[in-house]
Amino acid sequence: MSRISQQFETLKAKGRKALVVYIVNGDPSPAATLPTMHKMVEAGADIIELGVPFSDPMAEGPVIQKGHERALASGTSLRGTLDLVAEFRKTNNTTPVILMGYANPVVRMGYQQFAERALEVGVDGLLTVDLPPEELGDLKTQLAERDIDNIFLLAPTTAPERARLLASNASGFLYYVSLKGVTGAGHLDVDAVKAKLDQFGELTSLPMCVGFGIKDAETATNVARLADGVVIGSVLVDAMGKHVGQPPEQIAAAVGAIISDIRRGLDTL
Amino acid sequence: MSDKEQKAAVDYSAFPDATGHFGQFGGRFVSETLIYALDELQEIYSNLKDDAEFQAEFDRDLAHYVGRPSPLYHAERMSRELGGAQIYYKREDLNHTGAHKVNNTIGQALLAKKTGKSRVIAETGAGQHGVATATVAARLGLKCQVYMGAEDVRRQALNVYRMKLLGAEVIPVTSGSKTLKDAMNEAMRDWATNVDDTFYIIGTVAGPHPYPLLVRDFQSIIGREARAQCLERTGRLPDALVACVGGGSNAIGLFHPFLSDDSVAMYGVEAGGDGVETGRHAAPLNDGIPGILHGNRTYLMEDENGQIIETHSVSAGLDYPGVGPEHSWLKDLGRVKYVPINDQEALSAFRNTTKVEGIMPALESSHALAYAEKLAPTMDKDQIIIVNLSGRGDKDILTVAEIDGITV
Ligand SMILES: Cc1ncc(COP(=O)(O)O)c(C=O)c1O
Repeated sequence: MSRISQQFETLKAKGRKALVVYIVNGDPSPAATLPTMHKMVEAGADIIELGVPFSDPMAEGPVIQKGHERALASGTSLRGTLDLVAEFRKTNNTTPVILMGYANPVVRMGYQQFAERALEVGVDGLLTVDLPPEELGDLKTQLAERDIDNIFLLAPTTAPERARLLASNASGFLYYVSLKGVTGAGHLDVDAVKAKLDQFGELTSLPMCVGFGIKDAETATNVARLADGVVIGSVLVDAMGKHVGQPPEQIAAAVGAIISDIRRGLDTL
Repeated sequence: MSDKEQKAAVDYSAFPDATGHFGQFGGRFVSETLIYALDELQEIYSNLKDDAEFQAEFDRDLAHYVGRPSPLYHAERMSRELGGAQIYYKREDLNHTGAHKVNNTIGQALLAKKTGKSRVIAETGAGQHGVATATVAARLGLKCQVYMGAEDVRRQALNVYRMKLLGAEVIPVTSGSKTLKDAMNEAMRDWATNVDDTFYIIGTVAGPHPYPLLVRDFQSIIGREARAQCLERTGRLPDALVACVGGGSNAIGLFHPFLSDDSVAMYGVEAGGDGVETGRHAAPLNDGIPGILHGNRTYLMEDENGQIIETHSVSAGLDYPGVGPEHSWLKDLGRVKYVPINDQEALSAFRNTTKVEGIMPALESSHALAYAEKLAPTMDKDQIIIVNLSGRGDKDILTVAEIDGITV
């Protein structure tokens, strides 16, 4: 069983909701990421989505765009990100790590080469925003052969027929984008999320996490009630942006504090 | 099988295939939110594509609003001076708003009307597509917002003001390299957010399927007219076609109706900037590698980590790191030859064409004219080259003056 599936089973047994956290590797500096990852786990994060920066992050709002820009300015690449996961795994062998980003860096590295290295360093999943199932090509087999989960987004505009297609191509969990728009937007409607999740819930047995637009413990708790977990991104990247130039431990502490707060909310469920 | 037989074996009209691919190129590499909007657009378009009423409305607008057909002009003096093939200009510069861009915005605005959406958005580089979009939006009473890189807003102040006069809002984009590619990112983000009431009018044959298909279809009026005009005037087909390639819409518009005519050679002219060998250019088909950007797989300018790199061209309309997927396919098939023309050569053709023919071309089109200046002398006097004069140069006068050190 993949580390991701294992994690969801463990959480289910404990009656806990999954807290999935997103930061961009290399943001705001290469030294900040590793201590922040460990701190996030300590503060109650269950799964880490590590953003791979891209020059043209089409699905991101202004906050995460800036995170990508800071990370690129600090020299971050896909290969470097894979190396970082190897470092993380030296002291953490249980927290799943998913790489989240855009297709082109993976295309450039080569699907097979990427999958081989991802397995080697202990990456558990890949979420490529601009690679829908129809365009996966050989990447699908390359990942599946190595038990690396392929995570797909479902959107408010996803029709049931298509949700079935996405679910049949996905493993690990499904990620429901709670609003029309880009990351960090601010008009999440909990009732609308519920209606959609009820619909999708009948189509798949994969765990469902909800993200985009979740900014505080209260919203996280309200949304988590409806799903298996929540994804928190923009608030963390925003905190990164506010700590540019500060020592890694301070950055890690700031991000950790946000996560502890959300964890407390989720654990009331 | 010989090269020629292989070419003849391709049925160009069968591409893109049902999933939007031209061989390995094209497709639909977008986030999940946009899939539904693309499905909807594809369905609307496939229903209207062969609808006589829709076509009649499109043709009527092109005739009475745009002023088509555009002339095919025999540049006799230029041909004589170059001493080779006879050069004809397809005069897209004479269209309403001054470039070929309007052929496409007329078509997409009709589609927008059919979807009932009340707002249109566009990305623009030089501002020509932005102006053409603002124009059709004004005419149809649609709300219009145009994304434009902050750098281009500065470089193309005249077109920014034109758009404002037309009632559009120009939104400067300050992310990334602050140019056309970033404007396109921002338009995609807007579309994903406002997908219910917004129609995205893409300005070239790039983007996710079905955009490369429908923009090509709307622009193919250029080649259909040119083919008929050439046959009528000279009794034969041209020997060569030349067009500049930014995203590639004016080029595919001219080329497409001739693709099955094996005797017609085709040259797509990319922006060589400071010279392809310097790396400072915008010529992905000459010095790029296939990758994924803006919803399709195509040749791109990128670094060894797959990050898109900055482009350089004197012409804002060619300053784009990608290219329409059909061009990538035609390159690999060998059907079209893609060549670079650098800034200096384009500027020189701008001046030549102005002085010799009394026609002031856009700097984009000047790239095609510069290549024709090289090509014509290698051909016989009874041979024919058609150059797509994609737009007029009024918008570029300040750029040229600045290069000359003159403040207008
Ligand atoms: C006059 C003119 N020609 C050519 C282009 C390049 O676009 P495309 O390659 O899509 O024709 C532009 C773009 O702004 C333009 O304004």
